[in-house]
Amino acid sequence: MNTVTDQSPDQSPDPSTAPATEPAPLPRPIWGRHLLVLAVIAVVLVPLPLLLPPNTQAVAVRVLIFALMAVGWNIMSGFGGMFSFGHAAYFGLGAYVSVWLLVNHGVSPWIGLLVGMLVAAAFATLIGFLALRYRLKGAYFALSTFAFAEMLRLLAINSDFVNRAVGYNVPLRPEFSLAFMQFAPGSPAYFWIALGLTVAAIAVSILFLRSRTGRFLVAVRDDEDAAAAVGVPVMRTKLVTMALSAAVTSVAGTFYAQYYFFIDPDVAFGSSVSIQAILPAVIGGVATIWGPAIGALVLGPLNDVTATLLRNPPAALSFLEGRAGLDVIVYALLLILIVLLLPQGIYGALRDRWRRR
Amino acid sequence: MSLLEVRNVSRSFQGLKAVDDVSFDVKEGSILGIIGPNGAGKTTLFNLVAGAITPQAGTVTLDGRDITGFAPHKVAQAGMVRTFQLMKPFGSVSVLENVAVAAMAAGTSRHDASKAAAQIVERVGLGRWRDLQSSGLPTAGLKRLELARALAVRPRVLLLDEVLAGLTPTERAPVMELLEALRAEDGVTLVFVEHIMAAVMRLSDSVLVLDQGRVLMSGSPQEVTSDPRVIEAYLGQEPTDVAT
Repeated sequence: MNTVTDQSPDQSPDPSTAPATEPAPLPRPIWGRHLLVLAVIAVVLVPLPLLLPPNTQAVAVRVLIFALMAVGWNIMSGFGGMFSFGHAAYFGLGAYVSVWLLVNHGVSPWIGLLVGMLVAAAFATLIGFLALRYRLKGAYFALSTFAFAEMLRLLAINSDFVNRAVGYNVPLRPEFSLAFMQFAPGSPAYFWIALGLTVAAIAVSILFLRSRTGRFLVAVRDDEDAAAAVGVPVMRTKLVTMALSAAVTSVAGTFYAQYYFFIDPDVAFGSSVSIQAILPAVIGGVATIWGPAIGALVLGPLNDVTATLLRNPPAALSFLEGRAGLDVIVYALLLILIVLLLPQGIYGALRDRWRRR
Repeated sequence: MSLLEVRNVSRSFQGLKAVDDVSFDVKEGSILGIIGPNGAGKTTLFNLVAGAITPQAGTVTLDGRDITGFAPHKVAQAGMVRTFQLMKPFGSVSVLENVAVAAMAAGTSRHDASKAAAQIVERVGLGRWRDLQSSGLPTAGLKRLELARALAVRPRVLLLDEVLAGLTPTERAPVMELLEALRAEDGVTLVFVEHIMAAVMRLSDSVLVLDQGRVLMSGSPQEVTSDPRVIEAYLGQEPTDVAT
């Protein structure tokens, strides 16, 4: 048994010699299997918009936007343990950069998407550098990310360069065009694009986790001093992570703008956007590959369910009729319940239960 | 020329001189033990040498290269790695991954890193625990993990901060054998802080005694343990420190 091997994932310890505390044997991460599952899910979901009624299709697209935002957030704040309360900054940059390029220079949103990713990554690197340079940790770090997002929001509101508080309407084109990401209302193409972007984002997070930098990141998250002591470049690892996380979330912003045809400073940079990047990950499972997508699947339809409930409540809940804010209450209740009952999130809890068997 | 040269390093915290004008040399392939009563500045000295704290004065030279003020990861990449007295595992991942990350940080490819890690994990005697989550290891396991992780970097100089503390005498013996093998087979130069005098006597070529941040004396293990100043410094507090 003492021969040196590089495989045998399930080498369970001899109970008689295991330490008294009985730590959990960790299964080796099997990245290939995650990628395979992702590919299967992607293929299975392709015909979905052809089966769904238009209303539900819009919900499905919203689920994917939530997932995309949260997958980005999860890279930095889940796997990296650097809690961001300001991912609206990157979502907003993705939205504004692409729309600004489109409106002012007629640049295709696909190119705007790439430029937005670069700008968001650069901005994340800058604020990450500042936050780390001044050794902000925990709540102070989170507050600084929030402050930078707010700064962008106020900057947008007060700057003629981006139309102040008015924001932008995405110009309608005479003909529908893939090159300009514009299709007939209710076209399944929107769903397919969102699906493609989300699947790509999840694949990126899987590949990142198995990369050298991704493994450094987990070490840095677990113990920064120990990581530095063996030669891990802590600052560089964190900055690369933040840049990647920002770039992924910015993609959601670009797509959002093209899908809803409208952005303004609040829609793009408001703090509720940051919360929407956090909630799916927390509900689905922070620092897990599938958590953000599962959380988005729960959160995305909630708006519609609560809106319908307020419009047409069943007899027992008739007092709800015509009131507003139910979705916020449901969000809050859900969050409290998840934190209390499933601190690992839905996926985390399922995974732990499955492992224990 | 000595592999590691520490010259006149000092550092004070709010007026208290934690390390005061300390100098020492370590020859390649030798073992230096550092002893001293609690609060003598041993761990601070390690932090200064390994870059975790920047010295306010003095220089640290590794193989002729001035590494004073290098960030900790640069010091590690330059070939000097330290372990921590209070163990710091990468708690969420397996024992093997802890070591593989360290190997990758030293520039080994991902594939070779897991091979190297498996070998090192066997060598320090953690083989049967290699797939367990590292945060669950008992003290003895964590001490070995600190050592394994440091070895994965293939250091020329290893700074060990109380690797034997908290181990039972039976657990100590294999670790001491491993340290001797590291020097004999791998040519690693060792600097270790230790309270357990039996280990200091057995392993060290020379011993540095710190007291209140200053070098009280240095010399061979025999010279040091028979020096009245050393005995006094120790008898000033718990005499059991010397006895164990």
